[in-house]
Amino acid sequence: MSSIASAPRPGVQDAPLSLSAGPQLRRRQIRAEIAKLIFLAATASAGIVLLILLARVVSQGWGALDLSLLRENISQTESRIADGRAGYYNGIVSTLWLVAISAGFAIPVGLGAAVYLEEYAPDNWFTRIVQLNIANLAGVPSVVYGLLGLGLLVEFFGRDFLGRSILAGGLTLGLLVLPIIIISAQEAIRAVPLSLRQAGFALGATPWQVAWHHVLPAAAPGILTGTILAVARAIGETAPVLVAGAALYITYVPNAPGDGYSPLPVQVFNLLGNAQEDIRQFAAAGIIVMMVLLLALNSVAIYLRERATRRVRW
Amino acid sequence: MATATDEIHAPVTTPSDRAEPGSLGETIIDLKEVNVHYGSFHAVSGVNFKVPKNRITALIGPSGCGKSTVLRSINRMNDLVPGARVTGEINYHGVDLNSAKVDAVEVRRRIGMVFQKPNPFPKSIYENIAWGARINGIKGNMDERVERCLRGAALWDEVHDKLKESGLALSGGQQQRLCIARTLAINPDVILMDEPCSALDPISTLKIEDLMRELVRQYTIVIVTHNMQQAARVSDQTVFFSLNDKRQGVLVEAGPTREIFTKPRDQRTEDYITGRFG
Repeated sequence: MSSIASAPRPGVQDAPLSLSAGPQLRRRQIRAEIAKLIFLAATASAGIVLLILLARVVSQGWGALDLSLLRENISQTESRIADGRAGYYNGIVSTLWLVAISAGFAIPVGLGAAVYLEEYAPDNWFTRIVQLNIANLAGVPSVVYGLLGLGLLVEFFGRDFLGRSILAGGLTLGLLVLPIIIISAQEAIRAVPLSLRQAGFALGATPWQVAWHHVLPAAAPGILTGTILAVARAIGETAPVLVAGAALYITYVPNAPGDGYSPLPVQVFNLLGNAQEDIRQFAAAGIIVMMVLLLALNSVAIYLRERATRRVRW
Repeated sequence: MATATDEIHAPVTTPSDRAEPGSLGETIIDLKEVNVHYGSFHAVSGVNFKVPKNRITALIGPSGCGKSTVLRSINRMNDLVPGARVTGEINYHGVDLNSAKVDAVEVRRRIGMVFQKPNPFPKSIYENIAWGARINGIKGNMDERVERCLRGAALWDEVHDKLKESGLALSGGQQQRLCIARTLAINPDVILMDEPCSALDPISTLKIEDLMRELVRQYTIVIVTHNMQQAARVSDQTVFFSLNDKRQGVLVEAGPTREIFTKPRDQRTEDYITGRFG
């Protein structure tokens, strides 16, 4: 009979059993606690930085916060700003146009590419090169996309056609976020279990039917999260839109794809370096408006995500 | 052969047909020299056997000897595995299913499959069954069809009042019967089952075995099972697979179940059945 059974077993002896942590275990527990505190500190520092940023901005812009920010167009004259007759209306409208155009382009194209790469593409060298390219494009500095937009959309297609229009700017941003959308959608699609696809195929469904009815709904939360993050990034991009033709200052409100535009981050950027106190305060208020806009757009996106995922009944 | 718009009925086999010991009747699928490669790995070698109509054929054998691979070849599910290559002929009503000219989707409409781990869609019970019928263009009263399939899978009594609930809220045995009901909805000819009971408790297993005996009156069933007793209980024909010395899956012996289990012709079969290995 093996000696394992007859070896002395801890706790099973004359003294009563004590299950409180022994010295070795206590050391491991301490190390576990330290790790947890380090992670907590990392999270907290991210949160604290954000809070400090918010606090600074709010305190700087507080004086200029009122509803005229949402109603009035931008101005560069100090008197108008001081009087409260200046706002960010045309900046907000420009930004919303940019979001609509870039998302309207990048989301269908990005989703389509992700579905193709995950569900249809054969595993050959060509597919692998395409994947590599997409991954590379995701890391290209955003200014370069601005140059692409300028060279391709603004100049090449003719100054009379797109020119420095909001359509060109929107498409530039769309190209910027396209690789990110493709990659995050691919990840979400890849996470859908194979068993779900097999069930669909076994019932005589085509790859498209399986993708549309089962894979995409199941991947929807991940896809939407990735899309939200990508579009949120697009909103804040200043450099590429400047290069691609955003105006620093406009007096009108864009209302057609061919119009010029001045998105909110650009307007704020334009005012930031100004020496006058009033104008700097106005710029800080602009940052608050930007954040509120971002929050509003995110909320809409999250609501859409909830609606879309309700079809899937895990 | 049943078409997509048929009602779910088929000529019921006469009792004497089935009761005749050793009689396997008309062949519906004939596998000839089927080989399967995964990339450069020769996984299954030289498989030949016939699947009789309206009977239960069990594929048994130790793990990794190609039973599931062969089963998946029958309804072209191996097409979904990158690098898998199936050679040989799988003759079904005169057509070679393995030919490139045959559309895999068409095949799967006639040869359904139930998987080892129940995999209902994350949709309502109703939708699970209706979806397959709908995408295959099966018209007609869907409510009635759903009820018929659930009755056919012996699940109606348990779920008739909660058809809108998620299919995943059911127990394992119920989920598997839902998967069977879902397969019935497309009105297949043949139902392939890949170890359908291995993830279930013994009582659910027996329920599904009873179900199989009912279903085989209208459908042909091929089942892969690790459970020899199940094969002996339920099947009409047993096909025994094993590994040869090159670690390839080969078919050792095929025949009426009673013969295989009482007087197997190959020593390897006898060893496996008596539990000397496997």
